[in-house]
Amino acid sequence: MENNKAPVLEVTGLGIDFGGLTAVDNFSLSVYPGEIRGLIGPNGAGKTTVFNMLTKVYEPSRGSIIFDGKDTSKMDVVAMNRAGIARTFQNIRLFSKMTVLDNVKAGMNGRITYGNVAAILRLPGFRKQEKEIKESSMELLKIFGLEESAGLMAGNLPYGAQRRLEMARAMATDPKLLLLDEPAAGMNPQETEELMDMVRSIRDRFGIAILLIEHDMQLVMGICERITVLNYGMILSEGTPSEIQNDPQVIKAYLGD
Amino acid sequence: MKKRSPAVLSFSIVIVLYIIFEVLLKTGNLSSLMISLLIPVCCYMTAAIGLNLNVGISGELNLGQAGFMSIGAFTGICVSGVLASVTGNGVVRLVIAILCGMVIAALFGILIGIPTLKLSGDYLAIVTLAFGEIIKSLVTNMYLGFDVSGLHFSFVQNNVTLEPGGKMLLNGAMGATSTEKIASFTAGAVLVLISLAVVYNLMDSKSGRAIMAARDNRIAASSIGINVTGVKMLAFVTSAALAGAAGALYGLNFSTLVPSKFDFNLSIMILVYVVLGGLGNMTGTIIATTLLVVLPQVLRSLSEYRMLIYAVVLIAIMLITNNEKLKTDFAKTKLVERFRLRRDKGGAGHGE
Repeated sequence: MENNKAPVLEVTGLGIDFGGLTAVDNFSLSVYPGEIRGLIGPNGAGKTTVFNMLTKVYEPSRGSIIFDGKDTSKMDVVAMNRAGIARTFQNIRLFSKMTVLDNVKAGMNGRITYGNVAAILRLPGFRKQEKEIKESSMELLKIFGLEESAGLMAGNLPYGAQRRLEMARAMATDPKLLLLDEPAAGMNPQETEELMDMVRSIRDRFGIAILLIEHDMQLVMGICERITVLNYGMILSEGTPSEIQNDPQVIKAYLGD
Repeated sequence: MKKRSPAVLSFSIVIVLYIIFEVLLKTGNLSSLMISLLIPVCCYMTAAIGLNLNVGISGELNLGQAGFMSIGAFTGICVSGVLASVTGNGVVRLVIAILCGMVIAALFGILIGIPTLKLSGDYLAIVTLAFGEIIKSLVTNMYLGFDVSGLHFSFVQNNVTLEPGGKMLLNGAMGATSTEKIASFTAGAVLVLISLAVVYNLMDSKSGRAIMAARDNRIAASSIGINVTGVKMLAFVTSAALAGAAGALYGLNFSTLVPSKFDFNLSIMILVYVVLGGLGNMTGTIIATTLLVVLPQVLRSLSEYRMLIYAVVLIAIMLITNNEKLKTDFAKTKLVERFRLRRDKGGAGHGE
């Protein structure tokens, strides 16, 4: 599309029915490495349902998801993450009775190779890997400005910090594509501003693609290179922020006739 | 080092208790009643530590811990009975019996875990409840004899004929009779220390974090690549294995043991030790087990008022410890959060 790299995510004709209700239909999308892509639409348009299909929380009824060149039709939630898709949730889902540090460490489980016997016997391999995991976790917490809170219970963090921790935990799984479900929900303009910088710096630092759902138009228009608009489960429009802002169909969907 | 202090505290308590009682025992300052309690306390403690991993850390209710103890106990008794013809060394037989009890209990744990742990909800509680009763009935109808020509097994009474010198290992409702008592208090203390080490070290590792993550939020855990069923299985099977080991030691502490000893009441009793000690709190489990085993015996002089006082003490402890700390411990499990989860069942949030 805008460059000659192969897309990291290529979705074609994706759809899902709940009983007789078609929630999303004929959804197609290509996301390229290093791209920040926005997914917007009025309430109930099916944005989170798309995320749930991309992560296989819901099994799509139709269509294909090619991720990183691989067909994902046989993959489940765990396999999708191992393949390289990480996400945050609209209603924050942290491990609230675990420490902030352990939340991030849990995200790194996939790269730990020691077995349970080594853990129970505290073998040198266990100690070495635990030390590495702790160091990389602290590094991640630092990027998200949470290093001071490492020892706190995740459930006791202030709201904004919980959102950042969810992103840190997702990044701990070393993804190629990060899905952010309303990252700025409940944040004030200043926090939103900081979040935008953070999203950009994550993209630059790790070179990953980011797909985000957001209602905050200042954020969406500010950081997304391309935007897909969803309405009633169908794609209404796709383009750059300025194209979207001037699309009469989008204006109609948001403001009514 | 770092957050290892609860483990150090637990180990210290067990070692200090062991030394105190060992000294009292050696100097002849323990009543025969107290002596008879020493090994069972160690067994209950081991089973309770395992159950706390399952209920407190993993957040799955298990009502069949007595069933796993039963499997461990009768496996241990049979293994020890058969080994008696090979070696006279009690310690070797005890260790092998405990290992066998552990493995067989773990296998049953895997069998039960496969269908139930895939589901979220109360399924494990229901199935383990039934499992405990099934094991009790099963052992009540098992006849196993051992003689020079090997093992003889039947589900029908008087159907096992043995050559001279042969011995019945399991005798239906009468259970195991004339078992050689090879359990020792030291072995009990060692077993408790080993189970503490296993549980603490597991908790502070990749698997422990995965188990707790799966407890706190199933969907988020799978979204970061954690196999929720797998890690719940690990906690459940470890719990079953520890109960099996505890059962084997328990069985080899009595010359006769009836299958009905391992009933629903015993499962609940072990659960009470866990809940009263604090979910996820191993030190609490150790203290609660010790107190609640000793208490009814100390109150024995009150005769018929004994259980009344016991109940009052239980309620009092619950009220006294009903502070913020305990409440957070409680919230660690799905027992409370289950209701909340039911309401926002819609998975990762309905599309909006």
